[in-house]
Formats: sequence, structure tokens, C-alpha cells
Amino acid sequence: MKITLHQIAHARSGDKGAHSNVGLMFTSQELYEWAKINISTSVIKQHFKSIAKGEILRYEMDNLLALNFILGDSLGGGGSESLINDAQGKTHGQALLLMEVDLPDNLSQFVSSK
Amino acid sequence: MSNIIRIGNGQGFWGDSIDAPVRLAKDGPLDYLTLDYLAEVTLSIMQRQKLKNPNTGYARDFLDLVERILPEISDKGVKVITNAGGVNPQSCRSELIQLAKNSGKEIKIGVIQGDDIFPTLAELRKKGVSFENMDTGADFDSIMDKVYSANVYINSSTISEALDKGAQIVLAGRVSDPGLALGPCIYEFGWKDQDYDLLAAGTLAGHITECGAQCTGGNYSRWQDVPNLADVGYPIIEMQPSGEFHITKHENSGGLISRETIGEQVLYEMGDPNHYISPDVCVDFTSFNINDLGGNKVSISNVAGLPPTDSYKVSISYFAGYKASGQLTVSGPNAYEKAQLTAEIIWKRLKNTGVTFEDTSTEYLGLSSCHGEINAFPSQINEVVLRLGVKDSDKNKVNRFGKELAPVITSGPPGITGFSGGRPKAQEIIAYWPALIPKQLVHTSVDVV
Repeated sequence: MKITLHQIAHARSGDKGAHSNVGLMFTSQELYEWAKINISTSVIKQHFKSIAKGEILRYEMDNLLALNFILGDSLGGGGSESLINDAQGKTHGQALLLMEVDLPDNLSQFVSSK
Repeated sequence: MSNIIRIGNGQGFWGDSIDAPVRLAKDGPLDYLTLDYLAEVTLSIMQRQKLKNPNTGYARDFLDLVERILPEISDKGVKVITNAGGVNPQSCRSELIQLAKNSGKEIKIGVIQGDDIFPTLAELRKKGVSFENMDTGADFDSIMDKVYSANVYINSSTISEALDKGAQIVLAGRVSDPGLALGPCIYEFGWKDQDYDLLAAGTLAGHITECGAQCTGGNYSRWQDVPNLADVGYPIIEMQPSGEFHITKHENSGGLISRETIGEQVLYEMGDPNHYISPDVCVDFTSFNINDLGGNKVSISNVAGLPPTDSYKVSISYFAGYKASGQLTVSGPNAYEKAQLTAEIIWKRLKNTGVTFEDTSTEYLGLSSCHGEINAFPSQINEVVLRLGVKDSDKNKVNRFGKELAPVITSGPPGITGFSGGRPKAQEIIAYWPALIPKQLVHTSVDVV
């Protein structure tokens, strides 16, 4: 089934120098295991191609059922030097939750309608 | 040794709610109140205030707060840990002592010093500290004559030392943000420098609460589920000597504490979760167990720590030119096309007068300015805010930009408004330069009066 990530995940983002980080967290082990396989750096790079100009890094946090991504060079220089509206990447988490994904039907019980 | 201590954070950044710390101190049981007033470039503003007037250079908002919670500090015994001292904690203390005296109270105040290395930068360079940019590797020589401030993130045992000497208020400059919460744990429970797991637990607790309401329902993905954000409670750590802790908030306050609100905040500004480096310890954020106890209480246990590195991080700020930005609202039929033409007109007029810039930005707020091509282009746009920005080392050019926005209201396409607040003026860009310094070259001191 086609859904957007906001129906199955939580996200929060902030700045790390000229880069931003986006944490993506799940509420069930099953969704997290699916995400570990399917939300790869290449998927993230494609999704954020108009925002992140640099390298994408990815870390797994099994204890929190979460993935952490670093979006390289995504802030127009970062900090006080950047001219862009979201110079701290505060909204990049919400941008990730806009991603459309194809979720196996056996995980449909975890999908929120909100 | 205490059994459990309650540490509330009432200030996530300079400019956070002025009422939140008062409510933390008054609306329920609390042992410690932590308050973060310093952003990465705040110290540069304070350093320059101090150059003009040697009695300034700290967060004046903090004086107003102490006035409001003086009975809780002096009579109820709530202790306050803050970085409000900025680059002049001594003057801040003098003001506080006077303020308390005026109310017939006497309070003991600790001052932590040694983080401000701005006066000794040249000396430290001679001793071989490169201060190269730890993110980019850039050479410090390129900014050396433009530095406004340089402060070391010092360790949290300084806070413990001040408490041990009887301080009711601890005034620091640049300590680590999580250290504000770790300091009282070290003091109360007698945690040692090599108790890495315990120091990691205190650091994680401080990391979760350091942004105030961001762990109690603010900025939360499932915002629909959060009750009464208008009355949001700020976070409280209930720390045990074993390093196991709860995050909670005062009863009857708004907001939400759950595995998910805490988990989101754990991820905030996270780099490599296996090695979260603080001045005191390296924390393994993939180690701990998190358990939602219900009733706005979350338990965290089994946090693992590793030895700290042999250097401290230095936060350096420097002058990096000027910038300005301005906005115009463009409405009506073909709003986006008209906004594009408006931008083109403004940039062309500036170019025609011979003014170009080192960097410019053109954004359409309301139209994918935050999320770029991730959004599909909408079928209908009824208005859009055009936001233009410039950056240059020449202040006059940046101010010239500010004069080119208003004319387009009468000399551009129709339906433009929203030009208020006057012409955008050149603002100094104070840029951030992170570096490292060997720990043995940093000398801290603590005194309590």
C-alpha cells in the first residue's frame, strides 16, 4: 500500500554546522525492521536532492527504533552565514515525513489515518 | 547521599518563555532549576557589550527571573544552575547580591571561570594550539583578526564544586548544555570522573531536557495528540544515584511526555549516536533502555558511557561581513509569476546601478521554500511571500539593497503589499568557528560568595 512516512513515523531535525540531521523514529519493531532495509541513504539522497548538496550519512539506533540521517551541505552555508529561510534545518524532519513509500500490506495495522 | 533529585529545565535558549522557569519553581516540588541562555553566537554579543561597558556581558533576563523566584531560592531551597554569567559572571553576581539585599535576602552565589580564552588567544597560539576549524579543517589565520569571542565548553565538575562550596545559584559561562543537569548529579551522588556510565546517564538526561518544551510535546510530529500546549509544562529529570532516571513534568500542566516525545528529542541535533562527545564523557546513545510508564512519565536506564576525549571544544565567533533580507507579499491572479517578475526587477535595478553581491537568495514563502522539490507544484496559488536576501563584505551595498524593495510596489506588477517595518538594514554576520584545545591548557576556577 502507498502511504506517506508521516502515517507511520516520527521525525525531528536540527543543525550540525553546515549540515542538518534528521532523526526518523518508529513505534513498532516491525516498522523499524522494514525501515532499516528500505530507507537507505540512496532513498534519502533522492528525496532530499533539491535540499542536500553533500553526502548522506545514516546511523541505526535499535534501542530507540530510530534511524539518524546527516544531510550534508543542506543549509545554504549554515548558521548565521546562511541567507535562506530555514537556515537551521528545523523543517527537514517534516520534509522527510512527506516521503511516499510502498509498505507491505501485512504492516497496514500500523498505519495512522492522520 | 540523596535518594532522588528533581532537576527542571526552564530555559531552552535565550528568548525562551520567561514564565516557564517561574512555574517550574513554584508549581510543584523541585530541587534544581537549570537555565540555558547561550546560543553559539550569544557570547560574541556579550563580549562586545563588555568592551563598551565593563559591567555588562551577561544575560540580564536572568536578573528579572531571580527577582521573581527569590523566595523559592532563599526559603524553599531551590538551587539554580545557569550559563547566564556569559563573559562577565562577576558583574552578574554583584547585581544579584544587591537585588537580593534589596528584598532583605542573602544568597550564596558561585562563579565559574576559565572558559573565556579570548584574552589569551595569542598566547595559546604560541603554545601550539592551531584552532583550525574542526568541521572544515580551515586555517585559523584566515579569521584571527576578526574574532569576537572564544569560549571553551568546560567540564561539569566545576558546577559540582560550586554546589559543594554552598552556592545557591551557580553562574557559569560556557559549560556544555547537558552539563547544567549533570553538575548537580555529580554533587548529590558523588559520581566520580571515571564513572562513565553514570556521567553518560546525567548527560543524556541533560540532552533530553536542554531544549525545554521540545521533549514535553512541543515541535512534536503527532501534534494532534498533545493536550493544552498553551499551558505546556517544562521537563523535570528525576535522577537516582544509580543513573536510572525519569523524565516528567509538574501535575496539571499541559503537554505530553511519552516514549515518542522523549525519543524525538533524543534525536535532536544528533550526529553519530555511538559517540556523543561532551567535556565529561562520550555517551553511547544506542545503549539505553526507554520505558513509557504512562501518566507523563518515561523511564530511562542502562546508559553506557566511554572515556572522554583529551581536548575540549572551543566555540569561537568572528565577523564575517553583512547581510540583509526583506519580504513582499504578492497576491491575486498569477501570484507566483508576478513574484518571479518582481524578483527579476529588483535584481536588475540593483545590477543597473552597479551593485552586485557575494551571495543572494530568492525564495517564495508559501511555495516550497522549506522543502524544495519534495512538494508537487500546487495547481493554484492565491498569494506568495517573496523573500530576498543578500550578503556582502561591503555594508553600503547591503544597505543599498534595502532601498530597492519598496519602490516595486508602485513600479512593479499589481497586488504587492506587506512592506512594513521599514527598509531592511545591514546586519553584521557573526559566524561560528568550532575548534579544539588540549584539556591541560584550560584552567578553571570556582569561587562562592
